[in-house]
Amino acid sequence: MSNEGIAVSVQNLEKKFGAFTAVNRINFDVRKGEIFGFLGPNGAGKSTTIRMLCGIITPTSGTGTVGGFDIKNEQEKIKENIGYMSQKFSLYDDLTVEENINFYAGIYKLSRHDRDERKEQIIKLAGIEAFRSNATKTLSGGWKQRLALGCSLIHKPRIIFLDEPTSGVDPITRENFWGIIKGLAKQGVTVFVTTHYMDEAENCDRMTLIYKGTIIAMGTPEEMKTKFMRDEIIQIRVDEPEEWAERLSSVEGIKESALFGSTIHAVSPSAKKTIPLITKLFEREGLKSYKMAKIKASLEDVFVSLIEDYDKEHPV
Amino acid sequence: MNLRRTRAIFNKEFIQIWRDPRSLAMAFFIPMLLLVLFGYALSLDIDNIPMAVWNQDGSQTSMRFLDNFKLSKYFNIMGYYDNYPVMEHLVDKGKAMIIMVIPKHFSKQIQSNGIAPLQVIIDGSDSNTAQIALGYVNSVVYSYNQKFVKDALAVNSIANATPVDLRSRIWFNQDLDSKLFIVPGLIAIIMMIIAALLTSLTIAREWERGTMEQLISTPVRSIELIIGKFAPYFVIGFIDLVISVVVGIMLFGVPLRGSTVLLFVTSGIFLTGALMLGIYISVAAKSQLMASQMAILTSFLPTFMLSGFTYEIFNMPQWVQYITYLVPARYFIVILRGIYLKGVGIEALWPNIIALFIFSFIAVRLAIVKFKKKVA
Repeated sequence: MSNEGIAVSVQNLEKKFGAFTAVNRINFDVRKGEIFGFLGPNGAGKSTTIRMLCGIITPTSGTGTVGGFDIKNEQEKIKENIGYMSQKFSLYDDLTVEENINFYAGIYKLSRHDRDERKEQIIKLAGIEAFRSNATKTLSGGWKQRLALGCSLIHKPRIIFLDEPTSGVDPITRENFWGIIKGLAKQGVTVFVTTHYMDEAENCDRMTLIYKGTIIAMGTPEEMKTKFMRDEIIQIRVDEPEEWAERLSSVEGIKESALFGSTIHAVSPSAKKTIPLITKLFEREGLKSYKMAKIKASLEDVFVSLIEDYDKEHPV
Repeated sequence: MNLRRTRAIFNKEFIQIWRDPRSLAMAFFIPMLLLVLFGYALSLDIDNIPMAVWNQDGSQTSMRFLDNFKLSKYFNIMGYYDNYPVMEHLVDKGKAMIIMVIPKHFSKQIQSNGIAPLQVIIDGSDSNTAQIALGYVNSVVYSYNQKFVKDALAVNSIANATPVDLRSRIWFNQDLDSKLFIVPGLIAIIMMIIAALLTSLTIAREWERGTMEQLISTPVRSIELIIGKFAPYFVIGFIDLVISVVVGIMLFGVPLRGSTVLLFVTSGIFLTGALMLGIYISVAAKSQLMASQMAILTSFLPTFMLSGFTYEIFNMPQWVQYITYLVPARYFIVILRGIYLKGVGIEALWPNIIALFIFSFIAVRLAIVKFKKKVA
């Protein structure tokens, strides 16, 4: 739009399916060359938003631009300039890796020469040299995802949309995948990525949290942890965390106490005041072996607390 | 329309068909199977009707009378018996279709009275075949009688008194060989199979597997997608057409009397319509299963039953006859038989060719409009 540095911009974007509002008048801007995380639990409206931005579905109301093109009237232009990787694996299983790449090269009108050159780059980028002649169906989940990413990059788009690119993939491949994404961003590609793995959000330059179709927070990872988290987190290690998680929620000042892996995270406005109260409870119960400390909130803590606050403010 | 994109889709589709044994079977094996089945086994002609005979008379006259059945290709005297229960048992088991009993004094009665009874029992469980078998029996008996009368009159030096001398000639298929008539019609059936069983899956499959989601995020246009998907099946349809023509001529001796070019052009028009109909169904259906069921119901079955391929249209009830005007294969089958057997050209077939054009035009429009609507 008017701003040169903006890759994606939406105003009051809304999508309804019948009576159900999947996306409720959201606003945000994505800057060129940044990794923009679009986070939220399953069913929050992430995919619907991404599909509106890619010109796959038309918004019910609101406006938006992608790469300077209008998402309502210039969908064809948008499609030529973006890459999209859908949530479900959507390449052809019965084609080989190379044939899939050739197919998408043809769809984006690459000449034979360009195609062969680009194909080598893509195969190298995705690290799938060893499988180039294999049928795609023989690839494991992680390799399929890399191929899908590669295919969406065949025409060197300046903006890419990745919808849950790492879902169902092992942690090592996930990390690897994020390496590729960061490399793309370094080359100036704008990356719009959705995920419901909150730990992955740390990789984003900026992010927004969407819940029930509404954006409830936006900022850098650092901002998220400071600006949106007024409460403090106390990490408690005990032998029977399930039992204690429940009992701790009755301690004065603790807003929320939940299992976090093998530990308990207790949320309180002031750790200083709450820790002595917990200690007192443990002593009264004769519990000797425990560890307790105030810790820095992780993004997941922030999101969990934001979502809980939202639910409290908007009872169904 | 961009050629590079269309070709990319064409290539992809072709590879998919080539790698899928089921598609390949439907594309080439089923058409071949149908040709061979209809050409060899499923002949609609009735000949070699098994007949059990009890000749109670045993005279020379009766033997000569039976010779007329022996020499006819329509009958096969399977044996001579001397009691009813055995012969009835043969009919029950389906081994014999006709029981013929020549009564005692058959020859004596003919010579003295000039008339003798002959008993013929026919298995009527298949009424159509029974009807035809009875007709054959009648004509054999009729010609025996005629010869007898003629001989008798000649002995008495009386001129032939038969007033009407029937001189029939059958055109286009002199031997009334049903395969000459079936094989050209099969081309329409085979093309409909490709449309119904193969093409109808092509787009439904992309929705079902989620590959369409990726495709519609690319700048590919509806027309490119439809043409790219249509073309490989068109090529397959044409290969089947050539195979059918060659097999028909070489293996079954079906003559191709008319213009080969006209045959190919009209087949191309019909094939286009049939495939586009398949694509339309594929777009409309939610799943592959539904697509193939819809295709079989709306395109394959009507073609098989109502096109005049298996049943003559003029034999159908009036209201069914009206429905047949909506079955595109009806027009195509007239064209096929016209070109093959009658050797006629555009001068005789133009109304049917126009009907085919209209069908194809509508099918192309439907497919494109439906697809654009679905994607938008």
